[in-house]
Amino acid sequence: MKIIVLVKEVPDTYGDRKLNLETGLADREASEAVIDEIGERALELALTYADAHAGAEVAILSLAPEGATATIRKGLAMGAGSATLVSDEGLRGADLGLTAETLAAAIRRVGFDLVIAGNVSTDGSGGMIPAMLAELLDVPLATGLSSVEISDGAVSGSRGVESGVQKVSANLPAVISITEALPGPRFPNFKGIMAAKKKPLETLTLADLGITPDNPDAARSIMLTVAEKPPRAAGVKIVDEGDAGEKLAAFLVENRLA
Amino acid sequence: MTEFARDAILVVVETGPSGELEKAAASLLGAAAEVGTPIALVLASPGAGSAAAAEAAALGAARVLIAETPDPSALGVPGVDALAAAVKQVQPDAILISHSLNGRDLAGRYAARSRAAISVDAIGVSRDDEGVVAHHSVYGGAYDVTSTATFGPPVITVRQGSIEARATAQPQASETLAVTGSGKPAARIDSFEEAVVATSRPELRGAAKVVAGGRGLGSEEQFALVGQLADTLGAAVGASRAAVDAGYIPQSHQVGQTGVSVSSQLYIALGISGAIQHRAGMQTAKTIVAINKDSDAPIFEIADFGVVGDLFKVVPQLISALEARKKL
Repeated sequence: MKIIVLVKEVPDTYGDRKLNLETGLADREASEAVIDEIGERALELALTYADAHAGAEVAILSLAPEGATATIRKGLAMGAGSATLVSDEGLRGADLGLTAETLAAAIRRVGFDLVIAGNVSTDGSGGMIPAMLAELLDVPLATGLSSVEISDGAVSGSRGVESGVQKVSANLPAVISITEALPGPRFPNFKGIMAAKKKPLETLTLADLGITPDNPDAARSIMLTVAEKPPRAAGVKIVDEGDAGEKLAAFLVENRLA
Repeated sequence: MTEFARDAILVVVETGPSGELEKAAASLLGAAAEVGTPIALVLASPGAGSAAAAEAAALGAARVLIAETPDPSALGVPGVDALAAAVKQVQPDAILISHSLNGRDLAGRYAARSRAAISVDAIGVSRDDEGVVAHHSVYGGAYDVTSTATFGPPVITVRQGSIEARATAQPQASETLAVTGSGKPAARIDSFEEAVVATSRPELRGAAKVVAGGRGLGSEEQFALVGQLADTLGAAVGASRAAVDAGYIPQSHQVGQTGVSVSSQLYIALGISGAIQHRAGMQTAKTIVAINKDSDAPIFEIADFGVVGDLFKVVPQLISALEARKKL
């Protein structure tokens, strides 16, 4: 069983995140880069399976600037066996289409039985990549799983949709995405951190994958404008003197909110 | 083959378990009507197509294409096949889909299949000289961004509850869409358990009013106060991550960066300090009210009405004041 886990380096949501107002791209200098937590949960799922099943391989895949090797090493320290980083100037500002094509090519190259991703990243909040990969790789897709069972030739789990909960299953190979309902990641221990230094971490370019970023047949999404919103101003602030509930009720009624 | 409007906007809507249109249909058709002629593609369970088509027309669809799924247990793929067929027929200027879990899968798969450009999590659409433009609010509402496709119709997913525009009802004009299956492998839906609606409270996603509680509620029992105020206002119940982590309420109620994003008319934060991840999920609410003991809590920086005080005193008084007004 070979499991590929997609991890994404994102600006830490514990700080203010910035967009460059000229390029519209994320200002990576402005905030600390971390592995998106949902990707760490995806990795935890794969590692838990590998712990119990000898012969299961866990490989990390990420598309990021070259400097992301430090965050990827953390995934290796947690216990993944190998990692692939796709890094190329041609991916700067890549839209979802180019990102998905590139990841699909890298996944094919690495080889897989199961691809596990987080359901939504904290920066792009698109939540589309797993679906795009399933389509490009021609395999079944099960997104938004809040519980997952991996068996020899299949994967199954619960999937919360608008109107209820579906139990779904798919034959492998497949692509799945998971939600925050799954357990949080383990901490890398000293042994893991030392071992991570010797594990294979391959860096690939678009040329290695045979991808042309400006493929004339693929429509791309482009940013037209970007503007910073003025910060929200504070309004009225009162200290309760025994009648704050009454005053708040009056405020809500006056503004037709009650 | 009948002609479709030159400014057609294809709106994709699914039917729910009892055959009714998904809730997002009204706002998707409302958004479409602002930039063109709304054409609905109804992805229906077998037998539900014509009732759903009537509903779509009432919500403003000028024409409705009905695709009843040939295999209700195949997850996602029949919808993508139907969308591909509908786009071919309608030749729309844009495709609007709800940014729900199923909507995201549909949009992503279709865009990958057709090499169309995709704009995600839009909160509005407009038109310029070249075509349809999607408007986004990103990084927790800190930036406004617009996007479009280099060519071809953009596939746009629309954030639930973000669009207030509604289209005027249209006379019903519907037809069955001919779909050729792609034969792409799909996951199977083995069983489905409909959510038991234990309360009459609205769903958090897309709710017009939200009352949310944080660690300041102190315990699961005391968290019930959040529900009481929500019921008085007809609001949905939300929570901060701290309240979820403390076990006061299930994760499905979590508002914030890693939970549900809300853009409600009213957001009342009870005992929530307002960590940046929480603010990211609610600061686009129109009116924000905060009650917190700590006068330095960051939530007060964005509150339209802040009360520094004990929520266990303020909220019961608020509830009785609102109840008293209802009786007038």
